[in-house]
Amino acid sequence: MPTMTYLQAISAALRDELRADDRVLVMGEDIGVFGGAFKVTDGFIDEFGPDRVMDTPLAESGIIGTAIGAAVVGMRPVCEMQFADFISCGFDQLVNVAAKMHYRQGLAVPLVVRLPSGGGFSGGPFHSQNPEAWFMHAPGIKVVAPSTAADAKGLLHAAIRDPNPVCYMEHKHLYRRVKGEVPEGIEETPMTARVARPGNDLVVIAYGAMVHTALEATEDLDGASVEVLDLRSLVPLDTGAILDSVARCSKVVIVDEANTTCAAGAQVAALIAEHAFEDLDGPVVRVSTPDVPIPFSPPLEQAVLPSVERVREACRELLAY
Amino acid sequence: MATHMAEPAAGGTTAVADHLTLEDRVWLLRAMLLMRGIEERAMTLYRQGKVPGSFYDGYGQEAVSAGAALAMAPEDRLCILHRDLAAHIIRGVTPARMFAQYLGRAAGVTGGRDGNVHFGDYRLGCVGMVSMLPDMMLVATGMAMAFKIRGERRCALTWFGDGSTSRGDFHEAMNWAGVQKLPVVFVLENNQYAYSTPLDKQFAVNPVERAAAYGFIGVTVDGNDAEAMFEATRAARARALDGEGPTLIQAETMRMHGHAAHDDMKYVPKEQVEEWRKRDPIERQEMRLRSVGVDIEELRASVRAEIDAAAEEALASPMPDPSTATEGVFHEGEAEPLGNGLARWSGFAAPEPGGEAAAEAGAVPSEVVS
Repeated sequence: MPTMTYLQAISAALRDELRADDRVLVMGEDIGVFGGAFKVTDGFIDEFGPDRVMDTPLAESGIIGTAIGAAVVGMRPVCEMQFADFISCGFDQLVNVAAKMHYRQGLAVPLVVRLPSGGGFSGGPFHSQNPEAWFMHAPGIKVVAPSTAADAKGLLHAAIRDPNPVCYMEHKHLYRRVKGEVPEGIEETPMTARVARPGNDLVVIAYGAMVHTALEATEDLDGASVEVLDLRSLVPLDTGAILDSVARCSKVVIVDEANTTCAAGAQVAALIAEHAFEDLDGPVVRVSTPDVPIPFSPPLEQAVLPSVERVREACRELLAY
Repeated sequence: MATHMAEPAAGGTTAVADHLTLEDRVWLLRAMLLMRGIEERAMTLYRQGKVPGSFYDGYGQEAVSAGAALAMAPEDRLCILHRDLAAHIIRGVTPARMFAQYLGRAAGVTGGRDGNVHFGDYRLGCVGMVSMLPDMMLVATGMAMAFKIRGERRCALTWFGDGSTSRGDFHEAMNWAGVQKLPVVFVLENNQYAYSTPLDKQFAVNPVERAAAYGFIGVTVDGNDAEAMFEATRAARARALDGEGPTLIQAETMRMHGHAAHDDMKYVPKEQVEEWRKRDPIERQEMRLRSVGVDIEELRASVRAEIDAAAEEALASPMPDPSTATEGVFHEGEAEPLGNGLARWSGFAAPEPGGEAAAEAGAVPSEVVS
């Protein structure tokens, strides 16, 4: 199996799908000639041409809206938001047109929106957000968030081959930081959770970049056996895997890089409170970004994003409960 | 001030479209009579408390959707607005399904999932509107984009109102379609009011002029003349198929009823309504056809009978099963794209002399049509 960075894995998935299926096209701002702000589609235009690697006008509602039109007449568009934050400008098309289409009319909208998300490098309030919960709250949209190179590729295959609108959260901080073996060829990752590290004293539930924060924070935690559950998919949410981990470990820390209120982790906490109360040996603990915009200056940003130290401390306290 | 306000023109019988047979012209009238009759009956059902929610109609605007929809081929694709019931009729949605839709019945086009005219039968090549009206301009633009990428000689069309011209999606769609020179027809249904807001509070320039700013043709048509609407749309479609890009058609008309059933429209001067009443699109088409010997009374009777039967059928049909309310949020299995609708224009059946668009009908192999 070849070793790739998270970013190379995303590129490889797109390239494989463009080669495998004429219906697939990628579209977005500066993704053609320039190869994308993060170079995910670097060189694609030479292989697939400007129609299938489309430099669009600077119009996010336009990108999502036209992709919906293309999807319902048989294409498989993959839209790139230059930054996940910019999806706010395409929100209406995604939430009102795409998401509700099948429920209202029985018409499938096979559409992927790639959302480069997350903070950690002074992107400031408009280049650092984690907007996944907005879409978890909009019935009709699937939301996936890979943490490894293999899942970055496999989940993108699954998203493109899904007949529904899928928000694919790709964490910018993982692009070149995370490397791993990636299966050759098209192999879909199921939209289910994955045990990143098994354990039985405590489970840390996370997704995206926070999986790595959780793994690092609990690698050597005073000899405790700490499980890390990587959700991978937020819609559908793998209820079975979450409840299994809770039953096994009895203590739960949930980590979100997103703002606290109504984050994905809040839904996980509610699920556990509702269905696993008897399994718990302590309060459900959450570590997340407080409800503030993501600040620009490094000390301010580091003060709000969940750090390895904060996660470690939360785990220590809960283990001692 | 460059504010634009349409005034009703004098006279009733303008030139007849060259590309229409007598049968086509009767079809236009039939579609408009069906639209008005269905909406009037549905309004009665609403007043009787049988139609839930609110009720919207397109009284006085029937020619806009009838004329434009008749010019569209089976493999063309449409996004239809809430005052355009005649387009659904032309594409093949039966009146019984429309009544069931208003009544929230299982047999309605959305099976009770969405109300009033928020529907589109995707098997007939139509996508149902959402309440954020110009959104569908981008969807239609995206369909046209796919047609162009695949090299298909097909066209997408959507309707929207004067209020829609103020929203960003109008501008994003116009710009996108202009930049990529797409085969899409934008029909601006200028009915003088967006809810209660008149045109002079909506735009500072006549919106048809904006087409030039985005790099394509804009034309203004008498929206109360079904044959003029047909002809303008036929020509726009022919240009689109020839690779000449989009067209903005401004159809000047008047919303003769309130925004919805609750709206008494007291913000509209009575004289304005009376002036437009003289230009009723149905009366105009009837006058034309009567002068060439068509039995209008017989046509009206047949439409009435069809509506009576359809309403009865819908009223007798069951409500949706509440246990299904959480089903169908996601699609499972292979996505089924849009299918082909009916096309009633004779030009699609057989090429006629001088009918360049007609010769192009059926140019798309069925296996690539979606």
